[in-house]
Order: sequence, then structure tokens, then C-alpha cells
Amino acid sequence: MNKTVLTIDDSRTMREMLNMALVQAGYRVIQAVDGVEGLEVLRAEGADVVITDINMPRMDGFGVIEGVRADPAHRATPILVLTTESDATKKERARAAGATGWIVKPFNPTKLVDAIRRVAA
Amino acid sequence: MDPFESIKATFFQECDELLTDMESGLLAMEAGDDDSETINAVFRAVHSVKGGAGAFGLDELIRFAHIFETVLDEMRSDRLHLTDEVAKVLLRASDVLADHVAAARSGGSVDEGRTLGMIADLQGLIDQERAAELGLDGDGSDDGADEDFGFVPIVLSLDEPAADAPEVDVAALMAAATAPAGAPPQATTAAPAWLVTFRPKAEMYAKANETGLVLRELARLGDVEVVVDTAAVPPLDQLSAEQAYLSWTIRLRGEATESDVREVFEFVEDDCELIICRDGEPEAASAETPTVDDPESDAPASAVEAAAAAPLDLEALLARVQGEPAPEAAPPPAAMPQPVPEPAQAAPKADPANMDVAGLIALAEQASLDHVQAAAPPAKTEPKPDPKADARAERTAAAAGATAATPTIRVDLDRVDRLINAVGELVIQQAMLSQRVFESGLARSSDVALGLEDLELLTREIQDSVMAIRAQPVKSVFQRMPRLVREVADMVGKKVRLVMDGENTEVDKTVIERLSDPITHMLRNAIDHGLETPEEREAGGKAIEGTVRLAALHRGGRIVIEVQDDGRGINRPRVRGIAVAKGLIAEDAVLSDDEIDNLIFLPGFSTADVVSDISGRGVGMDVVKRSIQALGGRISITSEPSKGSKFSMSLPLTLAVLDGMVVSAAEQTLVAPLSNIVESLTPRAEDVHLVGGRDAVIRIRDTFVPLIDVGMALGFRDEPLPPASGVAVLVESEGGGKAALLVEAIQGQRQVVIKSLEANYQHIHGVAAATILGDGRVALILDVDALVTTSRRKAPRIEKRMAV
Repeated sequence: MNKTVLTIDDSRTMREMLNMALVQAGYRVIQAVDGVEGLEVLRAEGADVVITDINMPRMDGFGVIEGVRADPAHRATPILVLTTESDATKKERARAAGATGWIVKPFNPTKLVDAIRRVAA
Repeated sequence: MDPFESIKATFFQECDELLTDMESGLLAMEAGDDDSETINAVFRAVHSVKGGAGAFGLDELIRFAHIFETVLDEMRSDRLHLTDEVAKVLLRASDVLADHVAAARSGGSVDEGRTLGMIADLQGLIDQERAAELGLDGDGSDDGADEDFGFVPIVLSLDEPAADAPEVDVAALMAAATAPAGAPPQATTAAPAWLVTFRPKAEMYAKANETGLVLRELARLGDVEVVVDTAAVPPLDQLSAEQAYLSWTIRLRGEATESDVREVFEFVEDDCELIICRDGEPEAASAETPTVDDPESDAPASAVEAAAAAPLDLEALLARVQGEPAPEAAPPPAAMPQPVPEPAQAAPKADPANMDVAGLIALAEQASLDHVQAAAPPAKTEPKPDPKADARAERTAAAAGATAATPTIRVDLDRVDRLINAVGELVIQQAMLSQRVFESGLARSSDVALGLEDLELLTREIQDSVMAIRAQPVKSVFQRMPRLVREVADMVGKKVRLVMDGENTEVDKTVIERLSDPITHMLRNAIDHGLETPEEREAGGKAIEGTVRLAALHRGGRIVIEVQDDGRGINRPRVRGIAVAKGLIAEDAVLSDDEIDNLIFLPGFSTADVVSDISGRGVGMDVVKRSIQALGGRISITSEPSKGSKFSMSLPLTLAVLDGMVVSAAEQTLVAPLSNIVESLTPRAEDVHLVGGRDAVIRIRDTFVPLIDVGMALGFRDEPLPPASGVAVLVESEGGGKAALLVEAIQGQRQVVIKSLEANYQHIHGVAAATILGDGRVALILDVDALVTTSRRKAPRIEKRMAV
């Protein structure tokens, strides 16, 4: 039974990157292009792990974290935020909002899968 | 293509889109839009470029994007305010960024000097103290940015076995975990061991981290012995579902380094008490023993020593943690009732120390079951089989549509062309049918005739709709122009504001592709020749910044592109002088202002010494005119001294249909493209002269032009048509040469569907293409250019104006 990962990122490149690495590692991947769509998709399809970018139009990653945590069905769904090394403050903000962990861009597939394994069965 | 390359291609494609978005955002900002969403959008664009570049290790691009992004971030956080100057610097930075992207794509290099200059300009926007804080001071490009950034190219190894997949380890872990059950941690082997004390806080669970998973990851590093400490678990009636009561002590044996161990706890480090030390070191047992009795406190009461109380089987532990407590397992009497199951921190029983492992497992299973029933939506725990791939594709497409406001589909151009062709046939067939029915003597009011009328309307509608498929907004061409304008303006040292209108005006794709060059030329011309230098403008009482307006609009079934400047206007005496000097007009020719203005389109007018300063291109307006005529278009200029000039070019909306004049010659029906026709007239015998005894010329007002007998030129007959018995159609070739085509009669103006002759037969000199008329006959479309050129070759200089 493959785990489903929802990736939310406005960059097509990043979505494809994640998709390639995750599919390769045996996950099922669904995608959304911004926070609003991300929450819609999560509600409609569900996911075992949510990976979200921070800077996005319509709704940013913090909005996603708050939205996921506010949804009783997904209070315990792990959320990983995509961040860059220089974004320490954003990482802290994401943690405070309820992010489970983070992935530092650029990531390599092994690290990505490690991070997911640390938060999802 | 390997997946990595394909993603890279996606990245560059995305870059193009991002750069376009960024530029329109920046242009809006230049126009004074300081809305935070506009600034955010620009920031995101640069950020995404940087992000992707990071993944591919495109260092130069990353470095520049980083500085650019930092400046935009200052704007986002209101530390830098939008001014005209700032907007201009950002626009130029976007150009440099585009250069970097292009260089990264082609593997080429960028203009280092320009980049450094740009970096300095960007840094100049931020005050020095702040720049130092941001690591943007000094030369700003090297170590600072790198350190701050720490980007490393990603190594995407696809050979990496997917065997690391999650499920595998659980079994291994289980196996490993069964052995030490029941025994408190003890140094039993010589292998170095880590002793980890892990005491989660409630916050850790609130963020959806789970002890079980962390422990499992730890178990991947080597052999583990895990002991859970349940001493802090309060009596049942004091148990809070939101609290964390358990802690763990883990002994890890193996080669793992401390940083390996720490990495496992990376996400939870700040939400737990964590002690990692070498086994046997003094801290292990005593260092951290805050005994707090209040179970509601953040630091749950516990002590490592108490671990001895109840060694638990890891398997049971895992099962329980994964399952998460059900409402029954974490009863709510003491705490507020919780409508949803809580994360896995509450202990199942008031006195687990006395509980046997089997009982705990049973409890965990029960809890897990309840939990699933109570809360988990089926989709979450049980991903559906997999018709999902399609659903996903649909969803993504829908999403893309939603963001772009209108849903679109991508269709192979060939298919559209086939459809257009078929519709062309349909139009012809319909016209033929109508004509036959009419000829058969059926009354106009008959059912058949009425039905045909409806069919005709429907056919028109289909034709229009199909043509609209190929129509695209001119935006794709227009959006390249701001940069061009900035560059040309920089080059010639003028200040220019470009205003664009009607970017959404639609026109056939093939026309769009060919609009770029003429527009480019006209803009260059407007900036270089049209606008004055800032000093001249100031002296003339004008705004220092000149305005160039680029507009597109529909007019009379054609698209009109206008390029207007508020510059000096055409210098008529100078233009006239040049034309005379080059022998293009007679010294004493009487020309209206309009005619003088349009002299600049004459071939041979723009020569090197006139256009040398048009950005060194040496391309004259005659070239522009020719390329527009090749598209069936026309160009003209209106000008007012010291107020400016306006170039207007009009083009057909499509190249698949042609506005033609249907004429007959030697009993053949022919079509002359309307765009070539200047006028038509009935020749008088006395106006026609033979040159060299054979080649006729006709005098039209005070000009002589070759008179071409079309019937003979195309070989339909050997004897010339007496000029006076026919009609002369004055045409102008793309090259600007004029000739009169002698035909027998003009039948009328009509829109015809162009059919390639080469594709169906072969090329014939003097014939551009063919079409099928309503009566089913094939009519040839004249290649006016070829006819005129041939006649001019045969009769050189014949057009030369004669002294009156």
C-alpha cells in the first residue's frame, strides 16, 4: 500500500522534482499549485504526508499549515515545509504554526525520503 | 530524454513564464502600482527561478537571483519603497536575470561587467548598514552570498534503490526489538553505544510528530534497546488527552556518529527533552532528572531512573503509537471532552507498569481500530486502487485552468490546419451548391433555397470559429518589446516610456510570428529617429522622457498595429532633399506633406548614412514595408512637426483567406490580392506607349508604368489584348515597384480560401496559389511580385519619371 504525498508548490519545476523523487521511492504523489488548491485537494483526496512550499500565490505555506491543523481530519497529518538554508525565520514560523518537519532546498532524493520517513509510517 | 533533463527543460520553460510575469509585474510597478500582491508576485517569480537554479547547480544564476530577491524582499517588508528609480533598476535587473537564464540554458556566459554593474546598482538601493546585515556588502557576489546561501547542486541519483521504502524497516525493527524485551539497558557488548533520553513535550505531538517513527529511524542506525518510562502517567481521572506523559531511553549500538543520531531528532529537537551521550558517561543516569509532580505541566513528571519500572516490548509500543489512542483508551473525565481523537501521547491505562505486553498490544489494536472508525476518512488510510492517475491529471489540468482563468487545451497545430482546410472545402462546396441550386431555376423562396441560406450562415459561422482557433493575442509579441525599448533607449541615451495598448487583440498565429520584426523596426525607428535627446526635449519644453505608444486594434476585419512617438516628427525638407538626391523624385515634384512622409518607405531611401544610427542595423523602412506587404499588409505614416509621428500597419487577420479582386483574362478567372491593388482604370489608347517596339507602358497621371497583359504573361494567349478594350489594374509589388495589369474585366471583390498550388501541382511563375470559386472552377491567384519584377527586368528604368 503506497503512501500518498501531497506536494504543494507553485513552481512546476519543483513539483516535477518532488514527483520524480517520490515516485521513484514508491510513493503515490498528488499535486497542487497553491495553498488554496492544496487544502481543497487534501480535503477531496486525502494524503498521508503534505509537502508545501512557503512562497505561493493565493495562500502561502503558513496558510496551508494552519488550514491543515484546523481540519479535524488532518490534525495529525504530517506537514513538511520546503525551505532554503537562509530561511531560518520562516522555518521557525512554520514550526510554530504546526509544521512537522522541513526539507531544505535543494534537496536530494535520499534526504527527501529520509525526511518523509521520519514523519510518516 | 532522461527525467532529469526533462525537468531541466521544464525549468527553463517555467523560467520564461516567470520572467514574463515578472516583467509585467515590474512594468506595473513602474507605472506606480505598489500593491503588495504585485511586489509579492515579482518576488515569487525571482524566488522560483532561484529555487530551480539551485536544484540544477546553476551558480551564476543563483547568485544573481539571490541578490535580486533580497532587494525585492526588502520591498516586501517595507524597508525599501517603490520609486521610479527603484522600478527602473529592477526592470534592468530583470533583463540581466533573463540573460543569466538564457546563458544557463545555452551553457553560454553572461556579460560579467553588466552583471557586476547591475549587482552594484541593486546594492545601491539598500542602505549600507542593512546591506551588511544581509550579507550584500562588499563585492557582494562571492563568499558572502555563498555562505549565506549554502546551496549545493543536487545529485539526483536515480539508481538509488527504492528498497529503502518505508515498510521494509518495520519488520527489521520488530525483529531487532523482540530480543531485548524485558531487560533494562545494559552495556552488554563492547561495541560503542549511544544512550539517548527522549522526553517529548505535548507540542511535539501537536505538530504530528510521532515517537514511534523517530524510534524506527533511530533503529536504522544500529541495534537498539528501548525502554519506555511510564512513571509520569497520572491516574486515570487526572489524565489529559493533550498532555505528553511518556519518555524513552534508547541504547543504540553501531557506527552511528552523534550527528547521525541528532539528525533523527532534527524535527523534534525543540519540542522535547533530548540527551544524547555515550553509554557509561556520567550524565546518562543522573544529569536530567526534573521530577515534577503536576501532570499538567509542560515538563511531564518523570525520571530516567523510573525506567526500570516497566520495560515494554518495542513492538507493542510501536503498535500503540501508530494506532493512536482511541477515545476509550484516553478517557476524558478529567480533561475537557475532545470531539476528535488526539495525537498519540496519552497513556492507555492508569497503571501500565503492571500490565503485560500482550494486554498492551491488544489494547493498542483496539485503539487503532476505534481510531480508524472514529475519525480517519477512508481515503487517508486506504488509498484507492489506482484510477487515480487519470483523476490526478484531470485535476491538475483543471487547476491550471483555474489559475489562468480560462480552461485551455493544447492541440497539435497540424490538426487545426487540417480542420481549417476542411472548412475551407466546406465553404467552397457550399458556395457551389448554392450556385447550382440557383442555376437550376428553383425559386428563392423554395424550401431548398431557404435551407441553403441557413447552411450558408452556419458555414460562415463555422469558418469564423475555426479561424478563431488559430487566433492568439498579440501579447506574446508585445511582451518582448519593453526590454527592446529599454535597451535601445540606453544605447542612444534617451529616456523612453513605452505604453502598450490592445495586447489582447487576437490575430492568426502565423501573422503573430511575423509581426515581431516589423514592430521591432518601427520601435527602433521611433526611439532613434522619432524621439529627441533629453536635452533637445527640455529645450523644446517637452517632458524629458519621451513616450512611445504601441497599440493593436481590430479595424475593418484587419488588425492594425500602431507605433506612435511624441518626438520631433518627420523632417520633411530633409526627407525631400534625400529623395531628390537619390533620384527617387524629381526636384520640382509637387508632393503633399503626406506623400513626403511616405517617401521614407521607398526602396533606396534608407541608405547607410541615413540609418547608421538606427542601432547600427542599417535596415530601412522599405524593408519593413516589404515584410508587411508580404503578409498582405499595408503601412503608412502620419506625422506632425515637433509633435511626433505615427506608423500604422494593417494586416489581414489570417493568411488562410485572402481578400481578392476577381478578374478575367483570356477567358480565365484570376484573383489579384487586394492588398497589392492601388487602383483600376480604363486605359485610353493615347496613354499607352510601346517601348522598344514591344513592351507597353501606360501613363497614369504623370507617371509611366509597365502595362502587363496578364493573358499573355501567363501564356493563355499569344495575341495582345487591345488596351482600350480591357481594364488596367494598377498594382504595387512588395518591393514597391508598380505596374498595370491589363485584364478583360473585373468581376468583383471576394474573399477566397488559399490553396497551395505547389502542394497540388507545381510552382508556376506568376502564380502565387489557387482557389476554388463558387461555381467550382479553379482560379489562379496572381503573384503580383513576380509579374512586376519580370516586367521590370525586361524593361529597366521604364518607370523612371519623365520630366513634365
